[in-house]
Amino acid sequence: MVEFFHHNLSYFLSGISVGGQYALIAIGYTMVYGILRLINFAHGDVFMCAGLMMVYLSASLPFVISVPLVLVLTVVLGFIIERVAYRPLRSAPRMSVMISAIGVSYLLQNAALYFTGGLAKVYPEIPFLSSSVTIWGATTRVVTIVTPFLTVILVVLLSLLIKHTKIGMAMRAVSRDFETSQLMGIKINRVISITFMIGSLLAAVASFLYFTNYASVTPSSGAMPGLKAFVAAVFGGIGSIPGAVIGAFIIGICENIIKGGASIFGIPGSGWTTFSDAFTFAFLIVVLVVKPTGLFGEKSVDKV
Amino acid sequence: MFEIKGLSVNYGGIEAVRDISFTVEEGTIVTLIGANGAGKSTTLRTIAGLVKPRTGSISFMGENITGKDPSYIVGKGITLVPEGRKIFPDLTVMENLRIGAYLRSDSIEDDLEMVFSLFPRLRERSWQYGGTLSGGEQQMLAVGRALMSRPKLMMMDEPSLGLAPLIVRDIFSIIRRIKEEGVTILLVEQNANMALQVADMAYVMETGRITLSGPGNELIKDEAVKKAYLGK
Ligand SMILES: Nc1ncnc2c1ncn2[C@@H]1O[C@H](COP(=O)(O)OP(=O)(O)OP(=O)(O)O)[C@@H](O)[C@H]1O
Ligand SMILES: [Mg+2]
Repeated sequence: MVEFFHHNLSYFLSGISVGGQYALIAIGYTMVYGILRLINFAHGDVFMCAGLMMVYLSASLPFVISVPLVLVLTVVLGFIIERVAYRPLRSAPRMSVMISAIGVSYLLQNAALYFTGGLAKVYPEIPFLSSSVTIWGATTRVVTIVTPFLTVILVVLLSLLIKHTKIGMAMRAVSRDFETSQLMGIKINRVISITFMIGSLLAAVASFLYFTNYASVTPSSGAMPGLKAFVAAVFGGIGSIPGAVIGAFIIGICENIIKGGASIFGIPGSGWTTFSDAFTFAFLIVVLVVKPTGLFGEKSVDKV
Repeated sequence: MFEIKGLSVNYGGIEAVRDISFTVEEGTIVTLIGANGAGKSTTLRTIAGLVKPRTGSISFMGENITGKDPSYIVGKGITLVPEGRKIFPDLTVMENLRIGAYLRSDSIEDDLEMVFSLFPRLRERSWQYGGTLSGGEQQMLAVGRALMSRPKLMMMDEPSLGLAPLIVRDIFSIIRRIKEEGVTILLVEQNANMALQVADMAYVMETGRITLSGPGNELIKDEAVKKAYLGK
């Protein structure tokens, strides 16, 4: 019985943890969508790049320098992508911008392939995050416990920024109406840049947490978490930040409960675990059939 | 204070505004009237910087502002109350007013007070979302929001559109009061009768050109204007 509890607890904990990581990535998708109606396909790869930067920088720099440096460089990367690949297409059809996003995604993956030579790079053990703790008899890493708290803190800070600051008000205005925002004197390009920078910053934070758990980075490491985070954003109602966060936690927890289900019910493990991703996407399809706008989706307000 | 010379604006191949010129004197109300599609909104949107002109120049207080960004133009003291009000529906009334003062870094409390004394309704509803206001209240909010930037020149695009006659009268008396506060006004209207009554100077636009101009109280007696725009 005790063992049964421990089993469940550890799956639940890792579910919350991975959910928090998806949430931090999902915010980037949902904010960019909210302001540009663009699905930024490159976002998962920005996350992967943050992981790789950490691999290379921590090889020669102490963590107190490499961690903030990765945050800054990822923000710069997000800024540059928007500036170079999306801004010139501001008045182009949405499809062109989407193709540009797919292009950036491949560019980042190919660049990563070039630098890594296609080998999986071992992620550094960040002190504290990597160490083990035991709670209620379940042994896990500190990162598992830290992630949900850090996620909630960052989401609260972001909500305060959006709700109570001038730039947050501008973000809400621009996501609603470009032209009228301009008439207020708002420089929409600046607001859009800031949105990309916030999304990238959170993706970088997620990369520390996620790769500490997975221990290695490859050029395609961004694909799955990126996709899951995107699913979470759609599930929660794309454009909505609380929606993305709740969606991400639900997906993280479900995914791990399915993995856990194998051992809980004594079903031969590998079978179930293999299907946990398929389940995630099946779940999304069901939700979208029942509620096409997602949990917190806005009533389709199309921008003119 | 404000002068347009030889302004032409194209949308793709369509010439919406063709070689128009006019001036606006400081402290006056100038109106631009004309039928649907005459190019009135296009003219205002070009002045505001939303649309780039093909040819021509726009100068304001001696400075050439042709083709500048909207935020630069707002910063210079020109504001536009857009056609259809364009309130931010998911910002509160208070936030809509604050965002009108987006470029300002000084205290805006006095200006809020001024807007609320002009439109007491807005004070009562300051916590309501913009989207939940009635059409008339939204128009008041749009005007209040524009005033928050402390404009020298306020452009208004059909402020009376879709409003009940009583509210239209209110809006026009507010326009007079704003003028008394020293703000210059460039007013586009379908409601030619009301517009000509308040206007010091009026221009009539037809398919992108200015075809007639004169003081408001003269144009209102003009036979051609009466026939075409006053329904008499
Ligand atoms: N964004 C646009 N793209 C293409 N054509 C446009 C655009 N906006 C306006 N036009 C065209 O330009 C011409 C002038 O339009 P404008 O909106 O300036 O007229 P208006 O005088 O304001 O009319 P109304 O009284 O109906 O508001 C019209 O023929 C219109 O179809
Ligand atoms: Mg118009």
